Amino acid sequence: MTSAPLKETLQEQETAAAGNHAAGLPRLLPLVPGVPEDLRAHLARYGRPPTGNPGLIRAVEQSGLTGRGGAAFPVHRKLAIVAQARGRKVIVANGAESEPASRKDNLLLRAAPNLVLDGLQLAAEAIGAGEAHLYLHPGGSQEIARALAQRAAAGLDRVAVTVTEAPPRFLAGQESALVSRLGGGPAVPAFTPPRVSERGLGGAPTLVQNVETLAHLALIARYGPRWFRALGTSNEPGSMLVTVHTASNTQVVEAELGVPLRSLIPAAENAQAVLIGGFHGAWLPNDSTITLDNQTLNKHGAAVGAGVIAALPADRCGLAEAARVVRYLAAESAGQCGPCLNGLPRIAAAMAVLAGSGHHRQVRNDLERWAGLVTGRGACSHPDGTVRFVRSTLTVFAPEIARHARGHCSASNHKPFLPLPDHMPLTEDDWI
Amino acid sequence: MPDTLRVNPIACKGHGVCAELLPELISLDEWGYPIVDPAPVPHALDLEARRAVAACPALALKLTRTDAPRPVRPRK
Amino acid sequence: MSGSTAFWYASRATGVVALLLLTAVLVLGILVNRQGRLPGLPRFAVTSLHRNISLLAVAFIAVHVLTAVLDTYVSIPVLSSVIPFASGYERFWLGLGAISFDLMLAMIITSLVRGRLNPILWRAIHLLAYLCWPVAFAHSIGSSKDLQQGWLLDLSIACALVITAAAVWRLASAARQLPRAARVQAILARHTPGVPKQRISR
Repeated sequence: MTSAPLKETLQEQETAAAGNHAAGLPRLLPLVPGVPEDLRAHLARYGRPPTGNPGLIRAVEQSGLTGRGGAAFPVHRKLAIVAQARGRKVIVANGAESEPASRKDNLLLRAAPNLVLDGLQLAAEAIGAGEAHLYLHPGGSQEIARALAQRAAAGLDRVAVTVTEAPPRFLAGQESALVSRLGGGPAVPAFTPPRVSERGLGGAPTLVQNVETLAHLALIARYGPRWFRALGTSNEPGSMLVTVHTASNTQVVEAELGVPLRSLIPAAENAQAVLIGGFHGAWLPNDSTITLDNQTLNKHGAAVGAGVIAALPADRCGLAEAARVVRYLAAESAGQCGPCLNGLPRIAAAMAVLAGSGHHRQVRNDLERWAGLVTGRGACSHPDGTVRFVRSTLTVFAPEIARHARGHCSASNHKPFLPLPDHMPLTEDDWI
Repeated sequence: MPDTLRVNPIACKGHGVCAELLPELISLDEWGYPIVDPAPVPHALDLEARRAVAACPALALKLTRTDAPRPVRPRK
Repeated sequence: MSGSTAFWYASRATGVVALLLLTAVLVLGILVNRQGRLPGLPRFAVTSLHRNISLLAVAFIAVHVLTAVLDTYVSIPVLSSVIPFASGYERFWLGLGAISFDLMLAMIITSLVRGRLNPILWRAIHLLAYLCWPVAFAHSIGSSKDLQQGWLLDLSIACALVITAAAVWRLASAARQLPRAARVQAILARHTPGVPKQRISR
């Protein structure tokens, strides 16, 4: 995956309080788009991180911060579990960004690495971790190494941070796969229990947090829970980074939770459907009432996830897009569990048939059966996420499926829309 | 405390011994991998369940504690 | 063979049976691992027979050792059954017997507590079976004139051929098996043939 130059991928949400970071947006992204903040600028804007505060976990609890890596798990609970454990503890900032359609972590680490690294140190202190890791998307080490060197010179980091690049695998960012990789093995998931927060890297309780989550934590530590709650909804407070894909371009936007999805997709885009949450997410019809929060999205069978929004242009074929995605997901199976190893390729084949012309009823029946067989029967949620994507495709694109069965397709543009890597994992080395 | 059966899908190689020994709670899918009843093991099948766990050549079948109430007779 | 007693005959006889049982155990172990079936029998029969016959083999070896110790014609200390090369009589060949018996005990004891043991450690010890059988075989041939002639020699050779064939089959099967990543791609290619290579991402 090539990364676009910073200037062309940053966009700020224009609000009345633009530039006033104490109340409005942007919070995480730099004040001036395209200009990453080096350590001096970071310290000028935020000051030094407020270490030595025993009330940090409580503040995180009051702020209602949930994980920004996709699972939206309450951050304070994960912090508390590891904080309460005895003995050696490890913390990992997860910047693998294994979802091909997501660019936000990549951007955050280049535009505001010091917020992430502040959050890493603050969380490490709060849980008592003596070992810290930064797990990065491929190709990110050089810049981060520079940021870490600057911080070391300023004496900012109490715990040394080890940087490891993740392999370009879809599952590389999964918690137990990450721990396996950091332990020297391949980035494949492990059977849980025990969860990594109980027994992770080297057997020690390990806290894994997405880099964006740590950035929010770094700000909560400075400005407090009430500041954090000034944006967002009461149940889902704060802001989040969202990767928006449209026909014209891809942008990372910092948005308040609860805003209408429509406000994130330029009005000019004629979208037939919107994919929310990435390749383990769900399609939504282009509905103006749907807002960026789980309370609303769950009702439509979707979730915020890692903040990926893809507005499928009206001239594309949703089934062809979906078939490409499912084939990618099948190729990215770790191949450890029988149902996933056997079921996902068959599901991918069925999706390819549906995207073709003139299929039989039997394909739908087989697809339904396989979807049921793989759900919940793997060591990780890869089969479940794939099925969620498939089922939402079958629902939202039902009219298109009927058209294809009769030998027609409503698309006039066959250029691929959703971003997919072209490198398949062929050998064991591809998982290291 | 009643127990539930769980399969470690990574260790499981599809030997299928469990399904032969405990057909009331375990069946095989079309690829030879076990589909395990997630409900707590009924009291009457306790011994069979332990035998199935011991017999798995891959040691993939496990009995774990749950707090759910336990049925006396098998459901099927 | 002058001065042989009932104990001595019993020891030789149980030794032969033990060798046959061990041959069966190793073949059954390979069958379990490769998910092979015995015609007409359910899957759990293969794994059950493997375990039960291994216990039976240990029982026969216990009698084999005990009767050898009780026989007064030669002096064999009982501990030489587990401590290699501790016997005055036929020190080397009996020593091999002790080694193979030790390996057997290690395999069986670790299997009995398998649930509590690190699976990698269990497997490493269980792989010693491939060392255990040849050592037991050498002990059998070397320590008794019986197996060096006549029908017992034929029987021994037959066992050796069976084990060799089984081991070769096991190795070939492992060599054919694809590693994880390649397996995923092979299954995917089988079900989605002719799909064009993914286009470059935006």
